[in-house]
Amino acid sequence: MFDFLDGYDVLAAFWMTVKLTVISALGSLIWGTLLAAMRVSPVPLMRGFGTAYVNIVRNTPLTVIIVFTSLGLADTFGVTMGSEDFAVQGFRLAVLGFIVYTAAFVCEAIRSGINTVPVGQAEAARAIGLNFSQVLRLIVLPQAFRSVIGPLANVLIALTKNTTVAAAIGVAEAAALMKTMIENEAQTLAIGAVFALGFIVLTLPTGLFLGWLSKRLAVKR
Amino acid sequence: MSSVLYDTPGPRAKRRNVLISVVFFLLLALLLWWVWLVMDDNNQLEWSLWEPFTTAQAWTTYLLPGLANTLKAAALAMVIALPLGAVFGIARLSDHRWVRGAAGTVVEFFRAIPVLLLMLFANELYVRSTDISSEQRPLYAVVTGLVLYNASVLAEIVRAGILSLPKGQTEAAYAVGLRKGQTMSSILLPQAVTAMLPAIVSQLVVIVKDTALGGVMLNFPELLNSRQTLAANYANVIPSFIVVAIIFIVLNFLLTSFASWLEQRLRRSKKSTGAVLGEDTEINPAAIPGTLGTGENTGGGN
Repeated sequence: MFDFLDGYDVLAAFWMTVKLTVISALGSLIWGTLLAAMRVSPVPLMRGFGTAYVNIVRNTPLTVIIVFTSLGLADTFGVTMGSEDFAVQGFRLAVLGFIVYTAAFVCEAIRSGINTVPVGQAEAARAIGLNFSQVLRLIVLPQAFRSVIGPLANVLIALTKNTTVAAAIGVAEAAALMKTMIENEAQTLAIGAVFALGFIVLTLPTGLFLGWLSKRLAVKR
Repeated sequence: MSSVLYDTPGPRAKRRNVLISVVFFLLLALLLWWVWLVMDDNNQLEWSLWEPFTTAQAWTTYLLPGLANTLKAAALAMVIALPLGAVFGIARLSDHRWVRGAAGTVVEFFRAIPVLLLMLFANELYVRSTDISSEQRPLYAVVTGLVLYNASVLAEIVRAGILSLPKGQTEAAYAVGLRKGQTMSSILLPQAVTAMLPAIVSQLVVIVKDTALGGVMLNFPELLNSRQTLAANYANVIPSFIVVAIIFIVLNFLLTSFASWLEQRLRRSKKSTGAVLGEDTEINPAAIPGTLGTGENTGGGN
């Protein structure tokens, strides 16, 4: 019944999806946090930069960004991302694109978390003499992170699904394999079901676990 | 100007802020200068590459038809997905467990799957079991994928919108003798719609962004796809990317601004309940993914 799977390495394709997701998630968490720090900083120029970045990136289709990394960065500007191997290069370019895009959403999630911290907390922190970066690092961000696990989980799930766009630049992940398979094999429905199931297996537990975690860790006020 | 994080700056803080501004400005300028240099090194700044965009031909032949297709697919998807989403959203609130369960399963299933898979799958299904012409097929496939995904996201928005209404509304409706259907259609939905409007408009941004997937993967002649034809003709890859990105950004920025204007307005208005589904609504933030784009806004979609 599942002989249409012969000759295709579905697990390898999903492993590629997982790798893309995890590395991009870590990268966009770091870059997104920095952007959020800029957006709430006392320096108007940094705030302006953060706002401009978020508004521009959020309104650009991810597909445009991903295709640009390949046709623009790699083909025109010769950005090789430290590898001559076409497959490795495609992977790294895709990760770069996902980080650029997802960081904007991470930034907004964290910023909304910062807004949930009561003003009195920061006032108290300043009263004992902490400066801006200390207030941010020691008092505000730890509380903000705990309250934004829910929204961040949504960003992560969206990222998992968004990694399929890497198929557009030839990264051999799940969507790329599904495209090949449904074109070559007769069992369209069965193949669709296998890949749908694969993504459900990836996203549902993530959502449930992080949802549980966000309830557990939420700062009770 | 006071915020959670810092006091109104005094003289020392002001001096420090100016210093940081200057350093940050220099870094930004350095970055821009470097980008400019790289562009120049690769001859991307030559006027001949940019000149096509000042002629009517590039616009009427490539960009405007592409934009029209993007808007057409997005509008179709929205118009079909809205009623479908409303039906599923209401079905999830049904008193009958099997209706609730079935609707919930469908909604969760399509929300968990990347919109690209839905498009690819729909495309192949149309190839095999319908006789839609191959010119029309990409549009059908793109719209099908977008409808399935966004109807399920909209269903969640509708559900959250109805749940955000005070319980007294339903109780009062039952008290004056309205039936369940009447309560829903003449009391709850009209109020929920105002609360949902901003979220619905934001969802349009996600849809517009996701049409680009059809251009790359299914050869649907939308804006990003027509960029390729244009670049093949004028050999201006980078300029064409920049122009197309700007069109997308302006279009979506207008939609985003409209959504937040709507939100502000509805919050102020006395006639509505004042409840608006937005990022800071209590019921909503985690409940509604959707904005990333290829999927989520708060993350969503692309």
